[in-house]
Amino acid sequence: MIVTNIPLVPGRQIVEHYGLVSGSTVRAKHIGRDIMASLKNIIGGELKGYTELLNEARQEALVRMIKQAEKLGANAIINIRFSTSSVAQGAAELYVYGTAVKVE
Amino acid sequence: MNNENLAIMQVILNNLDIVFFIFLVFLGYISGTIAEKNHYKSIKKREEFLINIPIVNSGDFIEESKEIENIYFVSGSCVVALDYFKMVFAAIKQIFGGRIQSYETLIDRGRREAILRLKEKAAKKNVDIIINLRIETSSIGQNAGQKRGIGSVEVFAYATAISYKK
Repeated sequence: MIVTNIPLVPGRQIVEHYGLVSGSTVRAKHIGRDIMASLKNIIGGELKGYTELLNEARQEALVRMIKQAEKLGANAIINIRFSTSSVAQGAAELYVYGTAVKVE
Repeated sequence: MNNENLAIMQVILNNLDIVFFIFLVFLGYISGTIAEKNHYKSIKKREEFLINIPIVNSGDFIEESKEIENIYFVSGSCVVALDYFKMVFAAIKQIFGGRIQSYETLIDRGRREAILRLKEKAAKKNVDIIINLRIETSSIGQNAGQKRGIGSVEVFAYATAISYKK
């Protein structure tokens, strides 16, 4: 599966469009990480726990989107965008969307 | 002598919260300064190392004459937090307004780190150019959604990497 965030697949011709595909996941941080993060907030620097958590979550959203595109028979997703929103205290929704296409 | 010591101890015990606060500010100042210095040093070193991969935020930077071998989606993210000293300092600064340098360096560090991680991932795949870079910043942590105070910031950078046929 080719994934790009530009509206084309460089070097290849798009032969068919399948429309919008998207994947999302809502994640909450668990309390252990939260305590560690608040401790880290005293001394500053990178919060590795959060970085990891958000990375995993984005990966999962991406995988869901790719699965949806595979179901449609697409072999590439173009013009993908990410968006993050906090839905509740301590929980965030990670959403990724793009256009599924078939390329040569 | 013993009485004097006892008296000092008494004062400290009575104002334990203030003592604790000063301790936190002090700890934050020292560790925060060291962490920032080290982080900037490593950022500069890695930026120099990866300078040969061009990175642009425009989508149409593909050389038509060369044949494309592979296209990858690459991303990098980083969460950075303020230290306690900077948090207190920024809160005081917010009364008078103006430039809050401690926030500026925090977000700068986060952005450069995220872009570096993206580049490092791309470098492993032997790409020639990274196009259409997008950066997204959002504040997370306990202070997210509140008006005052950033606390911690997440920076997410994503782009398309291209390798040409040699």
